[in-house]
Amino acid sequence: MADKNPIWKLFVSIRLTVVLLLSLAVTSIIGTLVPQNASAEAYFHKYGAFLYRLFDILNIFDMYHSWWFQLLLLLLICNIIACSIDRLAGTWKLIFPKETTFKPSTFQKLKKKENFTDSRLPEELETEFTAVFTKAFGHPRVEKTDQGFSLFAEKWRWTRLGVYIVHSSILFLIAGAMIGSMFGFEGYVNIPEGESVDHVQIRNTGRTQHLGFEIQCNDFELSTYKNGSPKEYRSSLTILENGKPVLTKDIIVNDPLHYKGISLFQSSYGEVSPEHTEAPSFSAEDIQLAFFVNASGMVYKRTAEIGKPLEIPEGMGKFVVMDFKESALFMGQNIGAALVGILTPEGGEPAEVTLPIEFPNFDKMRRGDVVISVVHQHEKQSHEKNPEKKRYYTGLQVVKDPGVWVVYSGFIVMIAGIIITFFMSHQRLCVDVSRKGNKSRIMVAGIANKNKLGMGIKVEKIARLLGNPEK
Amino acid sequence: MNSSELLSVVTFGYGIAATLYLVSWIFQKPFPAQLAKWSAVLTVIGNLAGFFMRWAESYRLGIGHAPLSNMYESLVFFALTIGVLYLFIEIRYRSPLIGVFATPLAFLAMAYASMSPNISARIQPLVPALKSNWLIAHVLTCFFGYAAFSIAFGVSIMYLLKQRERSDGKGLLAYLPKMNILDDLTHRMVLFGFLFLSVGIITGAVWANSAWGSYWSWDPKETWSLITWFVYATLLHARLIRGWYGKKIAYLSIIGFVAMLFTYFGVNYLPGLHSYGSF
Repeated sequence: MADKNPIWKLFVSIRLTVVLLLSLAVTSIIGTLVPQNASAEAYFHKYGAFLYRLFDILNIFDMYHSWWFQLLLLLLICNIIACSIDRLAGTWKLIFPKETTFKPSTFQKLKKKENFTDSRLPEELETEFTAVFTKAFGHPRVEKTDQGFSLFAEKWRWTRLGVYIVHSSILFLIAGAMIGSMFGFEGYVNIPEGESVDHVQIRNTGRTQHLGFEIQCNDFELSTYKNGSPKEYRSSLTILENGKPVLTKDIIVNDPLHYKGISLFQSSYGEVSPEHTEAPSFSAEDIQLAFFVNASGMVYKRTAEIGKPLEIPEGMGKFVVMDFKESALFMGQNIGAALVGILTPEGGEPAEVTLPIEFPNFDKMRRGDVVISVVHQHEKQSHEKNPEKKRYYTGLQVVKDPGVWVVYSGFIVMIAGIIITFFMSHQRLCVDVSRKGNKSRIMVAGIANKNKLGMGIKVEKIARLLGNPEK
Repeated sequence: MNSSELLSVVTFGYGIAATLYLVSWIFQKPFPAQLAKWSAVLTVIGNLAGFFMRWAESYRLGIGHAPLSNMYESLVFFALTIGVLYLFIEIRYRSPLIGVFATPLAFLAMAYASMSPNISARIQPLVPALKSNWLIAHVLTCFFGYAAFSIAFGVSIMYLLKQRERSDGKGLLAYLPKMNILDDLTHRMVLFGFLFLSVGIITGAVWANSAWGSYWSWDPKETWSLITWFVYATLLHARLIRGWYGKKIAYLSIIGFVAMLFTYFGVNYLPGLHSYGSF
């Protein structure tokens, strides 16, 4: 009955798998060319009214979470499940037979086998051959035949399941991702040194998430190498339950703190300005920009105001700061406080440029003719006033993902499954010894469901061990 | 001699090996291939030595780390993985002509590393994001995957050339290994590469989760590695179930290689988290 249902037939076809895999590959490219989850204004500037509307309808700006991309994934899962059921039903008996039987004739029919003779009789060979067989391949079943005896053994029959193991791992990954998105969250929070918080902001939606405990930032330390590049961001954090400290730990990038299923990651930092201790130290009224012109290697510093276009020296075009964001997202990643501006090169198209306050080299990634950076507030301060110790805030990524262990199990299952599927095979080996006059005629043959070449080599080797003269 | 000087010699060595393989093929003489093999062996040893010297030098500078942290170092390692894998195949298959299509890839990687003005050979300290034990596991597995796909690409090109062989059994193409051997070798390299690419993506995901709290964030490099994975997954399914052989598999292997190149180089022109790989 299942054979006739056209929907079932569609889902058990590998043609569908190939089409889905290639569709996923091709559509995934779009999201790497169109930046994801940026602001609506930025897209409008970049693509114009028509393309903006079109992309918006097709969910291109968050395509990996769009209904059509998720549908492709769902179809792939249905395809995997249907194929597995269909094929497993056929091979189950083969993989787990009630009784393994073998006939020497199956092996005798093989084209590739080793034949040779031994001057002794089959009875004299049995003990020795069984021992050699056991050592080289595994413990054999010995069966008497009319003319002598047969040795037979098989191994790794279960590796025929390898491909199903790989496919089940993909279900683990999807299940883990779903658990994470349903029962987890991904948020961020900035905590000034000496202060504590009990809630975080959820990424993308901006919703508030209460944690059920408090995080206190005791200290933030930034160390740099001699050449000025960052060496380490270290936050000393204490977890407070009902106001009482329960856990203190220093976190650095790559070494987060885990508490009650919630993980705290070092993600950004900034300076707390002395006047307003709550907000980061950037004041939008007094913006100092540095323009590095690649061609001449010159750096020009200019003061900018939001909304007022600036001429870039050397006739490199215009730049206007559009907006200041306290925590800007770039490719879905929080990069901390940033300016967003529009750069119009001389004779070129306007483009949106994001300038994180804390990463002066960020704009190099754009690979433009001009690299724009925000002159560091504390650089200026050191020239001007306030030689006191700077007060920092630490920017934490706060994540709860109960699905991550399911995903990790999927990873392990996938690697194991691939190794089994690609590099192990169901192997069967037969040695048949029959009397021929005063001598014995010996046949060695083997069958493998994969890597037949490797099995052939093994057969030759075992034949040699049993006394097949070298060719 | 410091590592940079040694690695310049290595670039030259790969160039010589590639030329000798080509000479051996064109003049159909086995002797240049013997020379090529030995220069390839020496070059790979030099490449390995250069890699470890650079590692030691970084410790002498007080910023010790495995030399796998920027474009220059990754290209040196890429050449090394291609070299090692190729020599293994030459010894296993006893067919030096695969070298005509494999050693130039190692040479190009090294030449690009030494000559491109955008790539700095200076040893730089590790940024905080790269300070992790996962760095070595991630880069090692990814690059063995890349090397296998690169050799699969070279062999696929050989296959497509071999198809044009004249029926009288003369001409240069007659010297190439038989089509079924090339087809089988492509498949084997893709199997090997697929395993390593999978492990590379997985170690990357685990690392990302311990550094940023998210094992997958659709960053362009991640996405392109997945695209590459999809292309090779297509190849494997088409072959195992639909019985595709030869030409179709060769084309898919070339498409996969292009996706791999984009994962490696092209992504640097797109913004994202992996930007430290681009300088």
